[in-house]
Formats: sequence, structure tokens, C-alpha cells
Amino acid sequence: MAQTSYDKTLFDKLDAHIDSLPTKQGALIPVLHKAQDIFGYLPFEVQNHIAHKLEIPSSKVYGVVSFYSFFTMTKKGKYRVNVCMGTPCFVRGADKILAKFETALGVKSGTTGEDGEYSLDALRCVGACGLAPVVIVNGKVYGRIAEADVDNVIKDFLAEVEPA
Amino acid sequence: MINITLNNMKLQVEPGTTILEAARTNGINIPTLCHMDMASIKMVNKVGTCRVCMVEVAGRYDLMPACAVEVYEGIVIHTNTPRAIRARRTMVELFLSNHPKDCLVCERNRNCELQTLAADLNIRDNRYDGKMVHHEKDISSKSMIRDAEKCVLCRRCETMCNQVQTVGVYSAVQRGFKTTIGTAFDNPMTETSCTFCGQCVSVCPTGALTQTSNTGEVWDAINDEDKVVIVQTAPAIRVALGEEFGLPVGTRVTGKMVAGLRRIGFDKVYDTVFGADLCIMEEATELLDRIKNGGTLPMLTSCCPAWVKFIEHQFPELLDVPSTCKSPHQMFGVIAKTYLAEKLGVDPAKMVVVSIMPCLAKKFEAAREELSYGNHLDVDYVLTTRELAAMLREAGVNFNALPDEDFDKVMGESTGAGVIFGTTGGVIEAAVRTATSWLGCETGKIEYEELRGVEGIREATIKAGDIDLKIGIANGLGNARTLLENIRDGKSEYHAIEIMGCPGGCVAGGGQPFYGNDRDVIAKRAEGLYGEDRDKTLRRSHENEEIKALYKDFLGEPGGHKAHELLHTTYTKRPRL
Repeated sequence: MAQTSYDKTLFDKLDAHIDSLPTKQGALIPVLHKAQDIFGYLPFEVQNHIAHKLEIPSSKVYGVVSFYSFFTMTKKGKYRVNVCMGTPCFVRGADKILAKFETALGVKSGTTGEDGEYSLDALRCVGACGLAPVVIVNGKVYGRIAEADVDNVIKDFLAEVEPA
Repeated sequence: MINITLNNMKLQVEPGTTILEAARTNGINIPTLCHMDMASIKMVNKVGTCRVCMVEVAGRYDLMPACAVEVYEGIVIHTNTPRAIRARRTMVELFLSNHPKDCLVCERNRNCELQTLAADLNIRDNRYDGKMVHHEKDISSKSMIRDAEKCVLCRRCETMCNQVQTVGVYSAVQRGFKTTIGTAFDNPMTETSCTFCGQCVSVCPTGALTQTSNTGEVWDAINDEDKVVIVQTAPAIRVALGEEFGLPVGTRVTGKMVAGLRRIGFDKVYDTVFGADLCIMEEATELLDRIKNGGTLPMLTSCCPAWVKFIEHQFPELLDVPSTCKSPHQMFGVIAKTYLAEKLGVDPAKMVVVSIMPCLAKKFEAAREELSYGNHLDVDYVLTTRELAAMLREAGVNFNALPDEDFDKVMGESTGAGVIFGTTGGVIEAAVRTATSWLGCETGKIEYEELRGVEGIREATIKAGDIDLKIGIANGLGNARTLLENIRDGKSEYHAIEIMGCPGGCVAGGGQPFYGNDRDVIAKRAEGLYGEDRDKTLRRSHENEEIKALYKDFLGEPGGHKAHELLHTTYTKRPRL
């Protein structure tokens, strides 16, 4: 297994988590969440590792990873900008905000910039409709923003938010 | 018993019966596409994904999928109302809207469940002109082709591969319109743990999973005047080929098959059963040697290439347990290019060995570099039963009118022991016939009923003088896994185990004529082989006169130096992907 290209301590951390589970049955989705938390994304080496550890075919693991949009197989940037595209956010102009971020960060929605600084994604409803439109950067929530606020949001998270 | 009303008939059925089962046992046909039930081999695909079997149930607003809904007391079912029929037609029309329209040149033309369904539902135009998915064909392997554009997402391959064979190559990946039945990380088949057993191809209703065809190369060889093209046919072919030409299931067509092979231009026609007899000479020698000299036990048979690849991927730490014997057609190939080439006065470089096999994994096996001698692969091309039938049709051979002809001499003699290699339990029965004889404890017994049957795992103890030979038999890779786990955990008490990758053995191989889900077909093919065994004068491999001559004139002793050089092989550790 091509573990060498990844930090062994990250695999150890994942293994410790899996070993602490009361049962491996039905554990795939929570383990994938944990793994994405640890590695930041789910490259195939990590998926293979999980398959062996849980004694299920790697095709099954990949099936689940490719089904849920939350799981990603590509490395995300240091700053993960997520624009909510739920209905209330959308009607209040989230699409325009997303377009503005694309220009301001130079990153297309759904991708990560080549320098690895920023990732930009459109999310489904995050459940904060009262704050629509909502943008979340590495866990920090920016609510009721307008197109004109985008540059300030960028300045703010560069100063205030811990890069991943 | 439960009272139901089905199309106005009052009936009583067992609890747990589905609407589909109740209908079919009472002479009512409900069309299906994804459904497949072969409970005897644990191949049960009742996922209800295709929605083709919709029926009306009184009091229920929605139509119900007949394959997935169990009947209940007082249920009133109508299977052929205009609404149900319209819904089925719409479903199939939607399938067709996202299906390539190349039926005329599709491998499954005239033998496709989707095509049959469209015809049965009298669909005569395409009402829907929607978007179509695009996927590249996977032609990476020597054995099979995956064309996901023809996939109807029935999940039969996934059920077969994961539940029955426990190999786990396939899973549904992506979602919505992009959903496909794919491999891990969309890797080509060559970068998976696929054993190429071909059981997924056997159960695929459409042309999404098909064999890799080698008929073109074989025609070229036949038409090349410089080449001497010799052909050998596995035991399982002779009891299945007739199905392709409308003969009753299980009909033995050995003589017609030989005649047909000559008609399409093969220079010499031989029997892989000769190779099977040779295999027994080596395998029985190896087994007795391991028992007497404290070698690794149990010894596992190594005739099945899918099973060999399975152990290489799944149990790389156990590669000392399979016999080192090459499989019968490979043994045949190497002897053909040495001993036979000399006898015929043919340069081995100009000899082309073609194997007709019931199997897709044999295509992969034949290309393994270690299965060669000098600069020559033992076997050049492998064709399946279906490919042979295609060639016979292509050449305009009227198969059913052919006379019976005999195999060519020097390597054409075969015993009944080699014939039964084609069914589960046959290899080990053949080995027992010879081993008991060699141990000097022959009782005159030829047929070992205790080794026969259809169960996935069987065992028997055979008295052989001082030794109680403990025999295990597994067919289907999931059952093989169970026995291997026991060996790994030190819990296996067998001397010898026969393993066949396909449930039922070679008669049910992935290259055989499609049999739907009718396992009686497999039983009848096996019965055909046992019949041929009974009709043979010689029924023990070591009594084969041509085999005796081969050892006397060329090989020396069974298990000797030359035999090892030509007839034995090594295995490769492979990653579990």
C-alpha cells in the first residue's frame, strides 16, 4: 500500500479511531467522516486502507464516497469557502455572491486553486436560513452578506480564520 | 397457507411468497429485468430497481413491484390491467432511450433480455429522445469487456461478485443519472482483484458485460498456410454446445463437435481430457508424495484459473497449498509444442494451439508468461463455447447434420476420469480413482457418489488401504473462501480439496451458453458428463494408453524432472485491491 507518501501518524490516528469502535459493521460512513477530518480529503490510498481495515471491498468504499457530495477525493485549499445555495440564500442572491468569489479568488466553484490557498464550493442548505445568504469559511459563518461585502469577507477570514 | 386473488383466480400460497412467485407458479407471466433468483447458489437479486414487474393491488394507489412484494391474506392482484401494462412499457421505453441502438452488431443480439423485453411488450417506436450517458469501454483485460453504456443497473453482477463469489469488484458508484456499476476508483479490470471467472457475464441481461472475442485471430491462424493449427476441447463443451443449435439441454455432441472443428479448418482436433488424464498422473503423484513425505496438506487442485487468481489476491500467504500442476489445457499445450510437434514433424514456432474452454479466466491464464516453454506460450488462443458456436455458424456448418467423428490420435485418447473434470467433484473423483489404484487398495469401485452433488461445500472420507483420505470440495469462490479461512486458521483436516471457481464447476462456466437462472440446465450438463464417463471403456486416467506412451517415450516418471519442467508452475502474490 502506498502509505509512504502520506504522514504515517495520520494513518495511526485513523486506525486508533477505527480500533476504538464497538463494531465495524455499519461503520463505513462515520469512519469516512473521521478520515476526511484527519486527512482533509479521501484519496484512494485512504479509501483502500479503510476497506482493508473494515474488511469490505474497496469498490464499496468508493461507491459511498462517490455518492455523497460531502466526501471529496481532491485536496482542499487552506481556506475552504462554502457558499450556501439553499432556496432562501439563492433567492437573496447567493449565485451572484458565488460568482463574485470566483472572480475575487480566481477559483472556479467546485475546485481548488493551483496554489492550494482557496477552495470554493456551493453547498445545499446549511440550516441558517435566517442569516441568508450565508457563507462559511473553515467553520466561521458570515451571514446576510451582499455582493459588495465579498472583498471584506476575504480580508476578514485571511486575518481571523485559522488556515486548514 | 395464505388466500390470495390473482387475476380473479382464488388461490392459496405459502406465506413469504412474492407476487411474482405466486404468478409464475400459477401460469401467469410477469415480465422482469433486474430480478434473478438462484437461491441454490445464493444468487438472489431482488433489488426491485428496474420497475418492470409492476402490478396493481386492490386498495393500493401505487403500482407494486411484483418481485419485491410478498403476498398477504386477502390480497387482490391484477397483473395485466391497462395501467400496469402501460407502466411497464414506459419503464422499458425509458431504458431504451438511454441505451445504445446497436443491437444488430451487439454480442448479445438475439440473446438479450432487454431486447426480448422490448419485443414482448410490443414496443415499436422510441417515444423518448433523452440524454444518454457516455462511458468508455473497458477493454483492459484478456477475458472480458465492460460497456457501461449498455448497463441497465440491475445489480446482478454486483450481487454475483460480492455475495456469491466474495470478490467485490463491483459497486454502484456516483448517483442519479451518472450512476454506474463500476470498479473501485473507476480502475480498469486489470487493476482490480477480478478473477475473470466470468459469472458476472453469465448473469448480465444485456451486452454490458461480454467476453473478449478471439475468433478473428483464430480465423487468421486457420487461414495462414504456414501455421499448423491444432485445437483441443474441454470436457464441459461437449455437453453444452448443442444448446447453441437448439438441441435438448445436456445432449452429448462430442462426435459432431469434432467433425465441426474439422469443417471449419483446424488441422488437428484433440481432447483436453487427454490433458486432464495427464494432470491426474501428476496431481495424484504430488498428493501421495505430500502425504508420505510430510508435505503441505491439504493439497488443493489447481485446474481452475479463476480460483488460482483468487488465492493469489485473497490468500497470498497460502500459495504453498495449491498443487503446482498446470491446468489440463496448459499441460496439453506444452506437450503439443514439444512431444506432438516432434511426432508430427512440425516446427513448434509454426504450431498454433487453440483451446475451446467453457471459461473466460482461461483467456487470462493462457497469457500468463510462466505458462510457456522455451519461447512459446503453451496455449496461443482460448475460445469459449459461445465463440465456437459463432464460428460454426459463420462458416455455414449445419451442426445438427454433422456425422460423429473421433479425435485425432497421439493425444486424442481420453478416459472417463478426465471427462468428469467438467463438473464439481469430478477432478477429485478422478484423482481418487488413480490414487486408490496406486496405493494397491483397488476395490473395483469406479463411481464415488459421495463426491458428487451440487452443494457448495461437500466432504467425504475415502478408505484407501491404511489411509483414510479426507476430501473437501468447494465450488463457487465464496465457498472456496470458507475452506481457505479454515486452512489459514489451522482448522482444516483434509488431505485434498477440489476447488472450482464457478458454482457447479466448468459446466456452469462464464463462457458457456447463457442459461438464464435455470440451474436444472447445469445439472443436466453434469449428467451428460457422467453419462460419457459411464460409456467409456477406460475410466481411470493411468489406464490411458497414449498417456502411458507419453511417459515411456518422452516424460519419464510422473513427478520426475522433465515432468516438473514442463507440467508444473508457480504462483504469484498479488495485492488485494
